Amino acid sequence: MVKVALIGAGKMGISHLSILGAHNDVEVVGVCDTSKMINDFLSRYGKFNCFTDLKKMLKETKPDAVVVAVPTKFHYSIIKDLLESNVHVFAEKPFCLTTKQGEELVQMAERQKLITQVGYHNKFIGTFGEVKRLVQKGALGKIYHFVAESYGPVVIRPKQDTWRSDPSEGGGCLLDYASHVIDLVSDILAPVAKAKASLLKSVFSNTVEDAVYSTLELENQISGTLSVNWSDETHRKMSTSITLVGTNGKIVSDANELKVYLKENDGNEGYDKGWTVKYITDLTDQVDFYLRGEEYSAQLDYFVKAVSGKVPNTINTFRSAWYTDKAIEMIRQSAN
Amino acid sequence: MERILFGDNQFFAVNHISDEKSRAQSIKFREDSAIIKTLDDARAEGIDTFMCTTHDRIANICNIVRSEPEKYKNFKIFPCMPYAHKYANAVTELGIAGTLKQYVPGNFMGSLFKGGMAFLSKDYLSIMELLVDAEMKMFKGIETPVIFLQNVITDLFLGLRAYEILAAFHHYVKKKYNAEAGFITMNLPLLLDALESQGIENPIICASINKVGFRMSGGKEIYEETLKNRKVRAIAMQVLGGGAISPKEAIEYVCNLPNIESILFGASSKANIQNTVENIHHFDQQDNR
Repeated sequence: MVKVALIGAGKMGISHLSILGAHNDVEVVGVCDTSKMINDFLSRYGKFNCFTDLKKMLKETKPDAVVVAVPTKFHYSIIKDLLESNVHVFAEKPFCLTTKQGEELVQMAERQKLITQVGYHNKFIGTFGEVKRLVQKGALGKIYHFVAESYGPVVIRPKQDTWRSDPSEGGGCLLDYASHVIDLVSDILAPVAKAKASLLKSVFSNTVEDAVYSTLELENQISGTLSVNWSDETHRKMSTSITLVGTNGKIVSDANELKVYLKENDGNEGYDKGWTVKYITDLTDQVDFYLRGEEYSAQLDYFVKAVSGKVPNTINTFRSAWYTDKAIEMIRQSAN
Repeated sequence: MERILFGDNQFFAVNHISDEKSRAQSIKFREDSAIIKTLDDARAEGIDTFMCTTHDRIANICNIVRSEPEKYKNFKIFPCMPYAHKYANAVTELGIAGTLKQYVPGNFMGSLFKGGMAFLSKDYLSIMELLVDAEMKMFKGIETPVIFLQNVITDLFLGLRAYEILAAFHHYVKKKYNAEAGFITMNLPLLLDALESQGIENPIICASINKVGFRMSGGKEIYEETLKNRKVRAIAMQVLGGGAISPKEAIEYVCNLPNIESILFGASSKANIQNTVENIHHFDQQDNR
């Protein structure tokens, strides 16, 4: 049994808590939140051991690992405390608000050989995993362009301000929606090296951007465009997609459907010359407990397995999430 | 419950395998009249139960149904609540407390927050009851013999082990709406254990049940075993496994399973509705022989 504690029982935190609560190899030893209402609910109905003070929780419950799902502005100090206490950490995305803070945490965690993970759940979606596999096999030949997109209906009218509308607290579309897509590109192709021209547009928000458009160049010289808008109500929920164009063909993939066009089939099993379409149903592994999507259970399961030493800690590490933080900084700078 | 239930995913651009198809559906069902026409196509095939989320547009459909009582004499709706995306987006923007303030009707939440009064367990159940009432408003005057809790909520409480809330929902819809509670889930065996632990026997559970094991958490075998050996009134949904199985093969599989009281499906075209209904009747009859 892995002893796990959770900090921050908001939207993502409570979903993580439910998945952890149902996980056969996890004992949830504590939950820490500042809201009395949430704590009352969770201790009354879920019989969770709830705290408002993180240090008290660590001392009393001695977790092996902690899931951090608080607003991004608190990540640095909380994660630092956790690393100092020598516990493994799963943090929600984005990782940190500055690359300086992130770098310190990456080095600390690596020095202490702790397991680290950040909640970029797209990496656990079967279609995107297959895109990565095909790219690594060289199925597309020389890739020369990508289009990375994400759209959804988060801010679709002018509304009251929350931490999401405060850039210094981690609000805005760049840190929220766009970070997912940047992280995916970084994982499938290479980390971002330069943001050449970026547009951060406010649609309904006054203080943060609702849309991000940018031209990016990656460390392996592949370039492409990023197009993200969380004020797009033509999508029922967040829809992320990636298009890759190479000398031997093209891949268009979202979370549900993978379309591959190959000029020549150079031994890519299951893919003929011309178009091949595959669906998430062909590419998804079963999970033991399902909530909101297989990827959410799969990412926590992977974290628990990594903590138990059953899998290597190679997906969504602090280091890979830090590359995404760096890209976010570059995009912001190139927009000014 | 009828053997065949008609679902609403196609009307609201919910397609589990293709964003392109969901966009096409969104365009096709832009007008309420297109939804009504498809519902009438389903009724013509003998399906009189419409199982739908509490999406804003369902209020319009309910108005149309109410306006023609003779035509929709036997028509029943199984509401599935809440329309999760409405709340999920609100929580992203307003937080959990802010969302409750926005959606719980009346001054209940306001006085609760203002007074800073201590929460008692009863208050959470009252919030749940008020939210159910808010969602049920649009169905006034329409027969709703079964009221469902959506899978995002059912499974969230399941993982949090807040089984009492599930039981409270069960008791409340019986008391207030004289309806049976149904639970949609992606974790049927686990949910059945949870409901039984609360003294709820032979519950109505709607879950993904299909030949390829898609969204059957823990594996197809444990589902088959549960259906065979336990007391549950199952509704099979996602029988086509998101499109991974040929319709005939898919329906043959669910028709041959024990304890499947109903099969839920949605379709946009008259031909597809006819085809599915014919397949179900065909394999049901074979089963009876």
